[in-house]
Amino acid sequence: MHQEHGPAPTLWPLGFAVGIAVALVGLIVNPEWIATIGAGIAIVFGFLWAREATTELRHDVPVVKAEVREMTPAEAAAVPPAAEGEAAMPPPQPGERFPRSRFLEGATLGLGGIIGGIVTVPVAGFALLPSFLDQKGHQVDMGPVDAYPVGKWFIATFMVDPKEGEVSRRTAFVRNNGAVGNNVPSFTVISNRCAHLGCPVQANGPTGAILGEKNVTEHTKNGSILLRPVVPAGFGCPCHGGQYDTEGNRTAGPPVRALDRYAFDIKNGHLVLLSTFSVSHVVGTGGQAKIYKYKEAGPGEHVDGPEQWFYPLQPPHH
Amino acid sequence: MPPIRREPSKAEIRREQMLAAINYPIDWLEERSGLVGGVRYFLFRKVPSDTNWMQTLGSASLTAFIVQAVTGVILAMYYKPSPHDAYSSIQNITDHVFMGWLVRGMHKWGASVFIILMFLHMGRVFLFGAYKYPRELNWIIGVLILVMGLTEGFTGYLLPWDQTAYWASVVGINLNGTAPFLGPWLAQFLRGGQEISGDTLSRFYSLHMLLIPGAIIALITLHLYLVIRLGVTSPPWSKEAAGRDVVEEPAPVRTGLTRPAPHASSGGRD
Repeated sequence: MHQEHGPAPTLWPLGFAVGIAVALVGLIVNPEWIATIGAGIAIVFGFLWAREATTELRHDVPVVKAEVREMTPAEAAAVPPAAEGEAAMPPPQPGERFPRSRFLEGATLGLGGIIGGIVTVPVAGFALLPSFLDQKGHQVDMGPVDAYPVGKWFIATFMVDPKEGEVSRRTAFVRNNGAVGNNVPSFTVISNRCAHLGCPVQANGPTGAILGEKNVTEHTKNGSILLRPVVPAGFGCPCHGGQYDTEGNRTAGPPVRALDRYAFDIKNGHLVLLSTFSVSHVVGTGGQAKIYKYKEAGPGEHVDGPEQWFYPLQPPHH
Repeated sequence: MPPIRREPSKAEIRREQMLAAINYPIDWLEERSGLVGGVRYFLFRKVPSDTNWMQTLGSASLTAFIVQAVTGVILAMYYKPSPHDAYSSIQNITDHVFMGWLVRGMHKWGASVFIILMFLHMGRVFLFGAYKYPRELNWIIGVLILVMGLTEGFTGYLLPWDQTAYWASVVGINLNGTAPFLGPWLAQFLRGGQEISGDTLSRFYSLHMLLIPGAIIALITLHLYLVIRLGVTSPPWSKEAAGRDVVEEPAPVRTGLTRPAPHASSGGRD
């Protein structure tokens, strides 16, 4: 008896998979050449695979028969053929129109749409917009400048908004660089938010008792500011091992840029922290450092290089 | 000789009365809703005779979800989603509320059970080829349920509001933030602002217990509707493929429900 056979299984996906595997290995071993070759293999085999898979679609559309079951005589008797029996509704007279039903149909859809819109627009706005509107900046009074001897590092913890409580607690690494140029005060204030995925970066170095120095607590209008003396060799992240030098430049691990910094101001002899900005890298140290500043970006987002084009529009920041 | 009709015994009369008393409310409901017939159709519908224990993984996932829903509702009676109270209310549930440790433990461990069962169910469907025509749409809905389940895990993880929860959510949200183009916007929406705050906690709570469970319930309803409409697949080693008794049909190009019956003399399945 004649038997139709389905198409033989295609081998193109194997080539495609090999290409992907080569590309992935290449990304680790040699991104320039092996990854390109792998991508090439994947594209060629992917094309062949797609071409074969769509053969059916590009030719005659196959007719698929629905699964049917014969009615039993009892069922058939219970259901008369559609052509027999009385019509459910008389056929429309020539020239007969249905203006009323048309009107009601349109009115239902139109009014329903208007009511739906009136309800949906404010609710959707309420759901989405508050995350983006009125992002208030904070000013953190860090205590008198005298509390920061020139050249010493402090791990400073403070609440950005004491009303909000512990959830607004932040940590920054602060060093007074002394006056620079025309007697302009200079501070290095590095945020401890890792530039990889935002974990809390720690100072790599001895603190407190080991140094023989005491922690200092400053009481300002932002509540108490804890200053812990530290001698950092650099900064390191506990989550995924990102490492930074004392200017916040990435030295190892997954971060994509240097650590963010706080803008600062001196008001009535007090160090005041303003909003943060992002930094691609820093050349030089202390007061002489050249800081490559960018608008504040989230952790893991490139601010320079071709990858910055992945993040063309930042949500509103303070 | 006329048949002997004897009077029914007292026991038989009582039995009749009992049945009538049980049937009356069921008939009342059926007459007004047709629900009883619907449930009977669902429970006594035909399935292949060679279904397998592997095919219970879907019901097992559903059971795990129901456990999550019930325990979650009870936990919500004691949990307080504010940055000042969240951690202490969880401690209260664990240490002081009667059986609170058990219900919280069921919810916490049941979450992993739910995810694991969904993956096993997915593997069964894949290996049985049960995702093929005409069941592709049900595979897609299943994937959406899986994604929603994982989102439940992500949003639920923040709620204990301890150090692990806080930093895991920081990292998770920032991972979303690194997605090209809309990533930073998505991250800011999830945080409810530029920084993690009390708003983040309450919105994760809302997503975790209202929005996503609602979506999962709707998707499970669609999923079950399609299971009932399309029927249960035979295992791949089945000797009784659907439509086998249809004779002499021209071979359709697509295989699946419409797979033609191989002739008895051909020996193999195809």
